[in-house]
Amino acid sequence: MTMASFTYHYEDQVLCLRGKWTVEAYPQLLKAMLQFFHAKNADSAKQQPLQKLDTSELDVIDSSGASLLHYFFDHDQLSTAIQANANLSPQQQALMLTVSASLTKDAPPQPKPYRLGDGIAKLGEQVLRQVEHSNSLFGFIGLTLITFLSVLLRPWRWRVTSLVYHMQHSGVHAVPIIALLTFLVGAVVAFLGATVLQDFGATIYTVDLVAYGFMRELGVLLTAILLAGRTASAYTAQIGSMKVNQEIDAMRVQGLNPIELLVIPRLIALLIMLPILTFVAIIFGILGGASVALFSLDISSTQFLYIIQEIPAKHFWVGMSKAPIFAAVIAIIGCLEGFKVGKSATSVGIHTTSSVVQTIFIVILFDALAALFFMEMGW
Amino acid sequence: MTQPIIRIQGLRNQFGIHVVHDNLDLEVYRGEILGVVGGSGSGKSVLLRSIIGLQTPAAGTVELLGNNVRDIKKSQLEKQTGVLFQSGALYSSMTVAENISVPLIEHAKFSRRDAALLARMKIALTGLPAHAADLYPAELSGGMIKRAALARALALDPAVLFLDEPTAGLDPIGAAAFDKLLVTLRDALDLTVFLVTHDLDTLYSSCDRVAVLAEKRVIIAEPLANVVDYDHPWIQDYFHGPRGRAAIQAQTRLHQED
Repeated sequence: MTMASFTYHYEDQVLCLRGKWTVEAYPQLLKAMLQFFHAKNADSAKQQPLQKLDTSELDVIDSSGASLLHYFFDHDQLSTAIQANANLSPQQQALMLTVSASLTKDAPPQPKPYRLGDGIAKLGEQVLRQVEHSNSLFGFIGLTLITFLSVLLRPWRWRVTSLVYHMQHSGVHAVPIIALLTFLVGAVVAFLGATVLQDFGATIYTVDLVAYGFMRELGVLLTAILLAGRTASAYTAQIGSMKVNQEIDAMRVQGLNPIELLVIPRLIALLIMLPILTFVAIIFGILGGASVALFSLDISSTQFLYIIQEIPAKHFWVGMSKAPIFAAVIAIIGCLEGFKVGKSATSVGIHTTSSVVQTIFIVILFDALAALFFMEMGW
Repeated sequence: MTQPIIRIQGLRNQFGIHVVHDNLDLEVYRGEILGVVGGSGSGKSVLLRSIIGLQTPAAGTVELLGNNVRDIKKSQLEKQTGVLFQSGALYSSMTVAENISVPLIEHAKFSRRDAALLARMKIALTGLPAHAADLYPAELSGGMIKRAALARALALDPAVLFLDEPTAGLDPIGAAAFDKLLVTLRDALDLTVFLVTHDLDTLYSSCDRVAVLAEKRVIIAEPLANVVDYDHPWIQDYFHGPRGRAAIQAQTRLHQED
């Protein structure tokens, strides 16, 4: 295979092309031409005059090869030279002329200078976006509440099938994973407690640590975080793909309220299921602690149960009281992000990620605030 | 006729017990635009997919530029063929210029800068405005998506171009402009075009030959004038139905104006 090359004589302004001027040779030819004509890049190259094009040694030329000439030679003289060249086949002439003609409409892209102002403008945009985001969140909460209340008074509009479906999919199906996860965390907390408390000869308080921890905080927090990953993302993806498919528009056109049909059943399903799952989480967390106590701390099961029974029930209710709030956060943010999805499939992915991040963030934030509140109240 | 660019012999495609093609023969010659028509579900897209190697046929051979498609190296196949998918199939996370640069960087070992320069040429060649280079597919109109996808298909200067319903979803003006662009590029780049379409106007304005898929095979592949008069119920319905007649009238009017 002959290498693609060229020669140009400044005196008689003749350009001679050799070899295969194809896309494979493009980078190498571009580099050679830039060097030969002392240009920094193709856009800033000086347009050389051209009297004659010699292609007697040219094997093939494709659109990539033809485009190179445009950057380095005067457009009109190049066209004339191509037309005057009898060595080129009519197809090659047509190719070179078409490429050259279409490139006259090309323009180098606008450079994007970095300025200090850009950064500040970005910051401002982000703040405005956050404000808008909070607005839409509060608006959506209000809309959901109003729809919820108006549906509540009209039992014939309750979507029972949808409700039960979501209770099964986001509730019942989550039981095994939540049971396993909290059992393991319960065991870990017990080991941790035993290690620290052993030095004080207070190993027996491991039981209290696990029980208090799971009733007040860990049970509901772990459940909420798990459902944020599992259910909020699912809600966003479900509603988002309906939005992409214009199903939401179809609903509105048919006079159906998407909030009533899509959001309310999901919200109520979580309001019912999250407390139940929290209960499951507390039980299995304590069981995890109990198994560690029984098998490696030599605390008998009767002793364990006795200590558990001594714990006031209010600690259980402190934990449980947070479950409906977390449920509402997960359902509302999951659904709202779904409604925010645009027209493309990419946007479903972006909003799904965003809904999971937001729900986990808000769940942990609320939990911290609640812990402060309960501590101040002495509950 | 010269050696065919694509030669399909005894092709059979089936999904489970559902046979799409049976004993299908078709030849495509250098420099022609072959329009492939057929009813919905007659296997036009499956035929296209089996030529470009996305679908392994149950029987029969597909030869591309004299070699069996199954023996051609994948990288070689990519350099010789360009495909425009029905909905464009532009990578949505990249700008138009980056979309066109992908094959150049991956297969022709271009540097990013060289690829960007050549991408701009392809953008100009397919009639897109220069500022389209920095836009993302989501920001493009239907017609621009098709042109950008065509620019990407042409990135490596392939010998054969496969188009799957390029004018579907375009308004008549955009569709006519695309048809014209296709003929211009075929003449300039010496392309062989395999065009799957439903668009009667495209058949009349740009196709040299039309292949009709029916009864699981190609029942006729001839210049349009011969196809229109062919005695087959589907062809008669297709070309002599209300839309077919309208397209013929439009075409005769166009020729009179010329």
